[in-house]
Order: sequence, then structure tokens, then C-alpha cells
Amino acid sequence: MQHHNPQHLHQIGPSDDLRLEVSRRGSGPPLLLLTGEEALEIDAPFLDELAKSYEVIIPAPPGFGRSTRPDWVTGPDDIAYMVLDLVDDLGLKNIPVIGCSFGGWIAAEVATKDDGFISKLVLVDPYGIKTGKPTDRDIQDVWLLSPDEVMALKWHDAANGKRDLKSMPEDALTIVARNSESFARFGWEPYLHNPKLPHRLHRIKVPTLLVWGGSDGIVTPRYGEAYRKLIPDARLAVIPQAGHLPHIEQPQAFLTELRRFLG
Amino acid sequence: MRAWHFTEMPYPDIPPFDQLKNTRVTIPNRLFDPRIGADLYHRYLDEHCIADELGLDIMLNEHHASASCIDSVVPLPAAILARQTRKARILILGNPIANRGEPVRIAEEMAMIDCISRGRLDVGFVRGVPTEINPANSNPAMTNERLWEGIDIAMRAWTTHDGPFNYEGRFWHKRAVNIWPRPYQQPHPPVWITGSSDRENVRKVAQHGFTFATFLQPYENTRSLFDEYRKHYVDAGVPNQGGTAFLPLVYTADSASEAEKGAQELLWYIRSNKTEPQFKNPPGYASIALNVQALQGKFGGRTEAVRAQGLDYMMEQGIVIAGTPDTVAARIRKFYDQVGGFDHLLMMQQAGHLDHKRTVRSMTLFAKDVYPRIKDLPPTVKAPAIAEPVPAK
Repeated sequence: MQHHNPQHLHQIGPSDDLRLEVSRRGSGPPLLLLTGEEALEIDAPFLDELAKSYEVIIPAPPGFGRSTRPDWVTGPDDIAYMVLDLVDDLGLKNIPVIGCSFGGWIAAEVATKDDGFISKLVLVDPYGIKTGKPTDRDIQDVWLLSPDEVMALKWHDAANGKRDLKSMPEDALTIVARNSESFARFGWEPYLHNPKLPHRLHRIKVPTLLVWGGSDGIVTPRYGEAYRKLIPDARLAVIPQAGHLPHIEQPQAFLTELRRFLG
Repeated sequence: MRAWHFTEMPYPDIPPFDQLKNTRVTIPNRLFDPRIGADLYHRYLDEHCIADELGLDIMLNEHHASASCIDSVVPLPAAILARQTRKARILILGNPIANRGEPVRIAEEMAMIDCISRGRLDVGFVRGVPTEINPANSNPAMTNERLWEGIDIAMRAWTTHDGPFNYEGRFWHKRAVNIWPRPYQQPHPPVWITGSSDRENVRKVAQHGFTFATFLQPYENTRSLFDEYRKHYVDAGVPNQGGTAFLPLVYTADSASEAEKGAQELLWYIRSNKTEPQFKNPPGYASIALNVQALQGKFGGRTEAVRAQGLDYMMEQGIVIAGTPDTVAARIRKFYDQVGGFDHLLMMQQAGHLDHKRTVRSMTLFAKDVYPRIKDLPPTVKAPAIAEPVPAK
């Protein structure tokens, strides 16, 4: 498992209390990947494929992976500035950015602040906006539903999401627990969205592909369509027989869409 | 030793537990019949008034979206009892300040109840159990941090007497805090905090000189928490404050067989606590280390471990204290020794379907035939404990 390799901690800003774990995979032109809240991408076949054509740079947000989590950080709005700092530090220019789920929300926040370094933006089933009325559950409540109910909504086939946690070593489980805690800490309220984000998405000027799992029950393709309308140069591609993580559940179909878009 | 009467004010007329996914959080309130609820409120308040007449003190608490506890707004019964009782101290254990927020409003409510009761209020602050997280929509991370910042604001509100002060903290921003009334007791009502395992929290409670309470724990756990408290206790000079408290289920009866029946009925409280995993352990509530154990299948929660046990185990551990007055007095004295002494016996003497008549019989037997035999158990910390409240100068 790749994530057991020693990783580089990259200090962001003047204080050493903020250090992000930055993993690198493959070789080629750089590509920035912001993973989902569970960071399942790290071990997923689509990443191995991607790493054949790109050097994939994967920063773990504060509190995720081995990244530190200073107390003042409250969510993707803060995290977006850290990503921009990292991009500056690494001198990244004109690169594709992919963000998935929670990482998709962060990527959208980043692009609204500064999309100057982004060649093309890919958002995979991102959270981040509220589309309906106060009493609509635009994003299914993953902390109110039972773990089984969440699995059924999240995956086209819940069996695809099964993980053998009990056989994982303790340091890997520590990361699972940290990811879960930090996801709740940053996404609890407002629930997995930033009320200001819909009013900023028009600032994204780069070509944007929204990829959506046709069977995503957490944020449905209808939510994806609402997202698409808010970003000027965006297209929505729906992948059948895939849930909230189409790049993991249908890697070939996902890679086909991705290559068509990135060229 | 002081003894406190307590009921969570249950609403027990719900469908069998096996027909419910949860008895908390998601249980629909169409199952609550307001006419039955009204009777229950009056009955439980009557029992607190009887406790006052019997010479017992009174404890109240608060839960939300739960059939186990329809006391969802604890300052309300405290205010009612401040007016309806004469002698009893009234302990709120506690104000869920981490989940509710509003520390200034809580300080005002407590100061007002303290004045109405002429200084008979004890004020607990609690972090809140995991099942309170969703009803409050409270972020499960940082509950301890919010608890302590909330206490800090409330204490400053009680003890600042020269006009407004500002507080711009991590969680709350207040720019003109100046509460009217101020508390009757000076410098402020005794403060209590609960805990179940977090030793750092126990030390913090001790270092502030607050009273520390723990509920329904096997006596060895209780002892280790109380030892930790005593080791770090600092006298804060607040009358009636400081020391340790334990809450068991208590049933005193005329015969051993009656006592066992009563104890079995009290166990409704433990059996009724049925919730799905997402409510037992919301992410960020427990430490990373405990969550790693949970992922490994080694940790299912302390309450769960106790829940699985029967009455014999609970009686052996002191989680349930039941019997004739002789047995109950002897068991309390033994428990006192087992935990290295304690100061407050918080007695859940009513739970589930235990009716008014049998509840009052148990309370009466306790007050008349047990309490005189345990009252002399000495205090375990040297707080300036005095019998009468000190009025404001």
C-alpha cells in the first residue's frame, strides 16, 4: 500500500504548525489531485493509470492523512488558501486539477479564488453548494443515516465499498479515524456546503468537467446539473453504474471521460 | 454525605424496544401523548417536592429527542422547584453548555434560579453524551473545548460586578456582558462537572475545585477517577463546592424480593438506551485512539459494556444499590470504602414504569431508615462546606 511510504510534510505559511502531507505518484507533467474525504483514491486502479501519464501531486488537507490540523482551520475556504500556497511554493503553472467529493468542494473553492494556474478543472461528485429549499436534503445526511444506509447511497453496488478495516495496521487505521474526524469537523455546519460558494462559482473561467456517478445517492446527478449551471464553461458527464465515487467504481469509463477532456 | 433524588423524567409508554431503531434522536414525537406527558411532568415534580419534605436534595438533568428523558429544558423544572420547595438544594447536572451554546443566557438563568431559591442552586455543566450531538446539530469535534470556554464565560458573567466586559474567544464573541441578576450565592453557585473516563478532564475539574460526578460505573473505574480527582484537587474557596459524586440506580424496599423487583424496573433506564452506531459514536466525539480501537472492533462504548450485564453484576459493582434499608445502608458504606470515599450520592430512584406509589415508598424508606446511617460519612476534600448558603453582600 503506497500510503505507508514515508511522505513529505510541506510547511504552509510562516508557522510550522501547518504542515501538509504531499504525496507524489508517477511521472510526466504535473497534475493536482484533491482526494475524497476517505482518500480511497490513494489505492485505486484509476490512480495507477493516471500516474502513467502524469506526475500526480496529492496534498492531504489539514487533519487528513498525516497533515497537521491547526485549531483555527474551519473548512474548505481555509484549505483552499493552503492549496494556493502549495501551488506557489511548487511553482505549478497551467496544470490540470482533479477534485473528488470533499476534495471537489476544495477544488471549487480554490478555483473561485484563483484559477490562473489551472489548465482544466475536473470536479467529481463534489459537495459544496446547497441547491434547494431549507427543508430539502440536497446532500444526504451521512451523519444521521446508519453506516449501511450510507453505503447503499454512496455506491452503485455497496459491495464495491467494502473495506477490511480489521486487518489494516494501526497507523493506517489512525489515518482512517483522522480523516473521518476532520471531515465531520469541517463539514458539520453548514452541512457540507459553503453558502457563499454559489455566488463565487462564476469566477471559474477555465474549462470545467463535472463527472457524476449516475447512481450517486448522496449528491444526485440533479445536484450536479445545478452545480454545472453555476460554472460558466462547464459540462456534466454522468457515468452509469457508478455511485458517489465513479472514478473508483467505474475506472475505465471515468478515464475515458477524463482523457477526452484533458486531451 | 449528601443524598439527592433524581429521575430523568422518562416517557416509558413507547413500543417495545425491538420495534424501534432508536429510543433517542429519531424516535418520532407522535409517540408522545401530551395528556400523558402532562401527568408525568406533574408527577415527577410532585416527587421532587416530596424529596424536599423528606430532607433529600434534588437533582435534575436534560436530554433531547429522547423518550428516556422528557426534561428537555432543565432550567424550567429547576425554576418551578426553586419556588415550590423550601430546603432542598437543587442540582442541575447539567447545563449542556457545549451543545446548547448561549453561555451568557445560561449564566442569567442560573443566577435567576439561584435568587428565587435563595441560594439553593448547584450548577452542573456537561459536555453532553454522543446522542445529544445530532439533536443539537453540534459539531462532535471540540465539545470539550466548547464546554470549558462556555464555563469560563458563565463564571466571568457571575463574578464581574462592575459593568460590561467583553469576551472574544474561540467559539463565542460577546462584547457587553453584564448580567442582571447576579447570583445569590457568592462568589457563585457551586459548580459541578461530569466525566466518565477522560483523566485530563478529571484533573481540570479538580484544579478548578469544582465537584466531580460520574454515573453508573463499576467501582474500580469510579475509584480511579476519584483518586485522580483527589490527587489534583485545589480548594477554590467556594462554599459547598468540591468533592466527588456517584450516581447509581437506588431502590429501597420493605423486603429483599420487593427490592429486586424495583431494581429490575429501574433497569429500564439502561435497557431503553437503544441507538444506532452513528448516534453512539459521531466522528470527533471520542479520541482518535478510541476510534482506532472501534475500527478494530475492540471498543463498542463503555455504556454498551455495562448494558450487556445483568442485575447481579450491577449490584456487585455498585451500579445498582437495592435492598432493605439495612442492605442499602451497608452497601453504600461499603461502596464508600471501595472508592476511597465520596461526598454526594446521586440516586436515580425512578426510571421506566416504576409508579408513583412505589417510587415514594422507596424514597421514604431511604430518607427515614438509610440516610441517617450514611450522613456521617465524612467529606473527602476540605472545601469550606457549610450548611447554609451565603447570601450576596
